[in-house]
Amino acid sequence: MIGIFASVIDGVLVGAVYGLAAMGLTLIWGVMNVINLAHGAMIVLGMFMLYFLASVVGVPAYATIPLVAVVGFLFGVVLYWIAVHRVIGQPELMSLLSTFAVSMIVIGFGTALWTTSPYNVQVRVPGITWESYTFTGTHIMAAILAGVIAALLYLLLYHTRVGKAVRAVSGNREAAELTGIPTTQVLAMSFGLGVALAAVSGTLIATLFPFTILSGEAYQLKAFVVTVLGGLGNPAGALLGGIALGLLEGMATPFMPVSWIPVLEFVLFVFCLIAYPRGIFAFVR
Amino acid sequence: MRRPFFWLIALITILLAVVPYVTDDVQLRESLLLACVYIILASNLNLMIGYAGYVNFGNIVFFGLGGYICIYLVDTLHVHIVIAVLVAGIAVSALALLFGLGILRLRGAFFALATIGVNEAIKQLVANFEPWGGATGIYLSLDAYGQLGGPMQALWTTYLLIVLLTAASLFLSFFIKNSKFGLGLIAIGQNEDAAAVLGVPTAHYKAIAYSISAFLPAMAGGLYFFKSGIIEPGGAFNLSLSIEAIVMVMLGGQGTVIGPAVGAFVYEEIRGLLLTSETFSHFQLVIAGALLLLIVLFVPGGLIGYVHRRWPKTRRWLE
Repeated sequence: MIGIFASVIDGVLVGAVYGLAAMGLTLIWGVMNVINLAHGAMIVLGMFMLYFLASVVGVPAYATIPLVAVVGFLFGVVLYWIAVHRVIGQPELMSLLSTFAVSMIVIGFGTALWTTSPYNVQVRVPGITWESYTFTGTHIMAAILAGVIAALLYLLLYHTRVGKAVRAVSGNREAAELTGIPTTQVLAMSFGLGVALAAVSGTLIATLFPFTILSGEAYQLKAFVVTVLGGLGNPAGALLGGIALGLLEGMATPFMPVSWIPVLEFVLFVFCLIAYPRGIFAFVR
Repeated sequence: MRRPFFWLIALITILLAVVPYVTDDVQLRESLLLACVYIILASNLNLMIGYAGYVNFGNIVFFGLGGYICIYLVDTLHVHIVIAVLVAGIAVSALALLFGLGILRLRGAFFALATIGVNEAIKQLVANFEPWGGATGIYLSLDAYGQLGGPMQALWTTYLLIVLLTAASLFLSFFIKNSKFGLGLIAIGQNEDAAAVLGVPTAHYKAIAYSISAFLPAMAGGLYFFKSGIIEPGGAFNLSLSIEAIVMVMLGGQGTVIGPAVGAFVYEEIRGLLLTSETFSHFQLVIAGALLLLIVLFVPGGLIGYVHRRWPKTRRWLE
């Protein structure tokens, strides 16, 4: 019984990080109706930034996070001007393809530079032992940080003028423009924020599991599942969706072979899209 | 039949079938086979993307499922390949009709996401499905090619069958575009609500288009994996190939009949050049990505779209 309980808690801890990864995706979708297929590539960039800063330069692992966030934000703003700005307001195929093209370019360079072999970052955080079960320190730390970053995002969106502008643009871009909000800058900033969130979540994931340049795709798919559970365009729902996914993984692990869990996830994903397109946490909005 | 374009398709098909046979060039045949598979994928994908305006991101699921059904029939039940391929096509088409009625209730980006979900769900399901070899997949033994007169002969036969499917894809695309059904699809692509108001049975049309766009790719999957002799979940339900097919459609020009085929052919040639070149083989993905970005940002009509705009008269014979 304790084993199941422990695996559920561990699921929730990891799920919070999935939620963080999905928040960037859902923020970009909510503000500009773009599904960012370069999200996985951005997650991987965060992973590799941690690797180079922590393992090569020697910066303490968790101290890299602000730096990753800033670099991610700037990179996101640049990407917005190169690849996204021209396709805003066009059929969704165009933005799907342009962001996917960015992903191909980033992954292509990454594969050429770092090959597809696995990397690992050693992070030592003392765990908490309870009865016969130990909760890994890195998992607890990652979940706490994910929570803190989500709270910061909430403060930014709901208690600053900038956040108000973001929410206004997401509600109705033309009306926002009429009230004097520089909507293009807001869009660029939101894209930067989304990419920063992706990169930071990549950094946190890299403290938990080994990764390769191709890992991004799997986490991007998880972010999709989480986003759909939480409702596209709903950052608070994304965190809950992430925790729900982690909970599901944690609860299912003792009862079914690990290889069946993705089947469950994707069936749930398609089912939620059809039955609850606004997410199962639509009431949080 | 009076249209010059009809004869253009026929000519392309004959050239595809005859040239490698006459020159007896195995390398050319292999490269053309891949090009043909790409043409089949892109051309059928175009029915959804170019005509109905629905982005099917998981289109490769038809190809993979068709391959699995066909290989299973040939390997375990020793069915003749032609029959196995037909069964695969019909089964996958029927399945697509069922799925289509469900997920086509979604529009735009939601539909695109759902198709990714369907592809991943089926990939994971197959990876756990023991009769189909689970995660390791199925290997065909050499005996399986005996029914076509040995491996060497089988390679030529599968090539010719794939050329036949390529022709079928182009003709299908051509006839749909010139039919009432095709007109309905194009109306859906431009404005679904307006189409419904004008009396287009949108739900049925979309589901039928989805189902039709599954038929030939499933058969091509059967032949392709029969030729390879091996099928496993990662290769069969490869999401990247799915997206590459979208790139081909865009490159050639979505919504036109010949565009996706041109795009597929050009893409295959570029890919071949990049893979064999010393300097660029590492940067194949980067170059393909940059190419895609440039098309999306600056030439959204693709090659054929550009030609049509530049020389309007070509619209008459290059559809």
